[in-house]
Amino acid sequence: MEVLRVHQKQERDPTVANRFRGGVHPDDSKHTSKQAISGLQPAERLILSLSQHIGAPSRPEVSVGDRVLKYQPIASPGGFVSMALHAPTSGTVKAIEPAPHPSGRLVTAIIIEPDGLDEALDLTDKADPGLARSPENWKETIRDSGIVGMGGAAFPTHVKLSPPEDKPIDMIVANGVECEPYLTADHRLMLESPDEILGGLFLAMEIVGAKKAVVAIEANKPDAAEVMRKADLPEGVTVKVLPVMYPQGAEKQLIQALTGREVPTGGLPMDVGVVVQNVGTLAAMNQAVKEGRPMVERVMTISGPLPNGPGNYRVSIGTPLSHVVEQTGGLKGPAARLINGGPMMGQALAGLDSPVTKGTSGLLAFGPGELRTLRQRACIRCGSCISVCPASLLPHTLGSMVEFQLFDQLREFNITDCIECGSCAFVCPADRNMVQFIRQGKAELLALAGK
Amino acid sequence: MIMSTVLAPSPHVRSSVTIETAMYGVIIALLPGALVGAYYFGLNALKVMTISILACLAFEAMVLKIRGMDMSPLKDGSAVLTGLLLAMNLPSNIPWWMIVMGAIVAIGIGKQVYGGLGYNPFNPALVARVFLLISFPVAMTSWPVPKPLSFSLDTITGATPLGAMKTSLMMEGNVGAAANMNLVDPLIGNMGGSLGEIGALALALGGIYLLVRKIITWHIPVSFLATVFGMTGIYWLINPELYAPPTFHLVTGGLMLGAFFMATDYVTSPVTGKGMVIFGIGCGVLTVFIRLFGGYPEGVSFAILLMNAATPIIDRYTRPRVFGYPTRKEARA
Ligand code: SF4
Ligand code: SF4
Repeated sequence: MEVLRVHQKQERDPTVANRFRGGVHPDDSKHTSKQAISGLQPAERLILSLSQHIGAPSRPEVSVGDRVLKYQPIASPGGFVSMALHAPTSGTVKAIEPAPHPSGRLVTAIIIEPDGLDEALDLTDKADPGLARSPENWKETIRDSGIVGMGGAAFPTHVKLSPPEDKPIDMIVANGVECEPYLTADHRLMLESPDEILGGLFLAMEIVGAKKAVVAIEANKPDAAEVMRKADLPEGVTVKVLPVMYPQGAEKQLIQALTGREVPTGGLPMDVGVVVQNVGTLAAMNQAVKEGRPMVERVMTISGPLPNGPGNYRVSIGTPLSHVVEQTGGLKGPAARLINGGPMMGQALAGLDSPVTKGTSGLLAFGPGELRTLRQRACIRCGSCISVCPASLLPHTLGSMVEFQLFDQLREFNITDCIECGSCAFVCPADRNMVQFIRQGKAELLALAGK
Repeated sequence: MIMSTVLAPSPHVRSSVTIETAMYGVIIALLPGALVGAYYFGLNALKVMTISILACLAFEAMVLKIRGMDMSPLKDGSAVLTGLLLAMNLPSNIPWWMIVMGAIVAIGIGKQVYGGLGYNPFNPALVARVFLLISFPVAMTSWPVPKPLSFSLDTITGATPLGAMKTSLMMEGNVGAAANMNLVDPLIGNMGGSLGEIGALALALGGIYLLVRKIITWHIPVSFLATVFGMTGIYWLINPELYAPPTFHLVTGGLMLGAFFMATDYVTSPVTGKGMVIFGIGCGVLTVFIRLFGGYPEGVSFAILLMNAATPIIDRYTRPRVFGYPTRKEARA
């Protein structure tokens, strides 16, 4: 096998504005950035999916009919790259059965019927408020607390915090970029809980032994940068404001913008000595370690033209989206497009039956005619997709190859290096659904490899 | 609540740029040049443009009908643009039936046989122009003398500056008076030539509009024009008796029209910036060789068509280095 070397330009000065390759400027539509995070009435039924993260499904540890307390573990990791699940409130396990999932498929979930008492497990001996325990111990707590990346990908956090010996980490990046239009959950969290985020950042630095850390924020959130700068920054931590550009929040692009380092193809950020954690994830780590509280809730943004109550809400994991929408005032009219996540990478939903998962950063609703109607046509070779592709691919070629079923050439054109950011389709004048083509192409390759 | 949501793939928001905005943008950018043509060649120029655009639209509709497709591509602006570009590449006194033949070649052989917009390897308007030039060399090279605001359909013909220079070189052995003419005339359009290529300034203005609106990038026009200027400049410095000054080459013939509007055709030019620069340089070198040493006085159309043919190869060798792979230098080390 070819040995790939890390492509590394001159190390960049992290105090000057840098750029990653490519990128686009969608209208950022951050209408809810002034809306403080607020809570919701609890739902009558919680759907705790066993697959709401990247990796093996979680294994249920409760049975139907069991009474569970808030914070009680209800499922354990099904492997190293997997995740524990906890009850968001007290109640009864009603069923363990296939239930709606944001993917549109039915996925096994633990259904809890809350009893309204919100009776919690005693967390005192789990908590380490004075940070007296060892970093190794904190990492175990993070794993046992079911923490996954909250920026959308939902990758188990303890895995990211476990780089092998031969991959020293010199920098942690607190990702507060939030480059997806509409979403403001991370923005609000930075304004309202900077100390939680910095607490988590300190833990991450200690766990992997990194001396440096950067809090990365895009220039459209100057207030957040201000708050973070004024907060009690641990030693070695700097706050860095980056020019607005999508997909700056993507791990590899963020690392390139901050350090000039390129994560090698097929590699991970740790291959270039960096670990990136979303600010929400860091706050969750802080709560887990200092208070012993596992991840049972998250902040999400409700936005788009249709919701009556656009804003940022703290919701229990497992809450049906329909409940979130009702509690926030419902929709102004029938929805034509519902999006789980942001408009660039989020997934269209068929309805609101599926629950909030640990990776749910937002829910957007659009009415008929509020998104441009697309007419997909042949590629006119304008080259726009190439100049915006952060991975320097030839998206038009990949799209056409899939369209004409030339699957065997996809690998040569590096289809697996596509991060599915959608920049190519965003600019395409022929309205080509490149991301769909590329996903289909990747699936075909997997199928070919499986044969 | 009743939902009828669309399960469309991401991204759910798209830029407002479409094929239509690009095509009509180019058409708008061509208007100053077309107006200069109408000013100097009068009704004849308007006639040629109208016939060419209508014939392209009609023929495109016919082919779509035969192929059993819907008529929506008629509205994308590409047939109108091909018609306008073809007209701008023709002398204003060309017989109407030649224009129609040109339109048939442009739409039929230039575009639709390959499957329509996006699949054609050659610029359709140029295919038609070269077809007409080869089939009807006399009609295609008898250039009306510009006469401001003339409504008469009769014309006197004369030579283009490039043609006059070539003749002088053959007869007198030097570039002659034409090559050292006052450049104001070609800049404002007061010279013989195809009806849409004469107003260098107006065409450059349209080109700048395209650049500002980001419909085209600088790569092709700048590398094309700079190559022509640089190469002809070197020859001129070596022997001004035999070679015209670079400024003369820049503003005469179809260079401005070609560099801004035809070499930049998306479908038939390379897709990366690096490829576009190579393409532009290639167009420039070929143009200069044909102008200085070829049998035709003008070489822009041939140069662009030849580079169209080279586009797939250029694209193959200018693939960007994919993120996370070693650079060529690193790979060698
Ligand atoms: S090809 Fe992939 S990485 Fe490149 S712009 Fe398109 S979606 Fe993004
Ligand atoms: S942006 Fe669209 S039309 Fe342009 S080259 Fe890419 S796929 Fe083709």
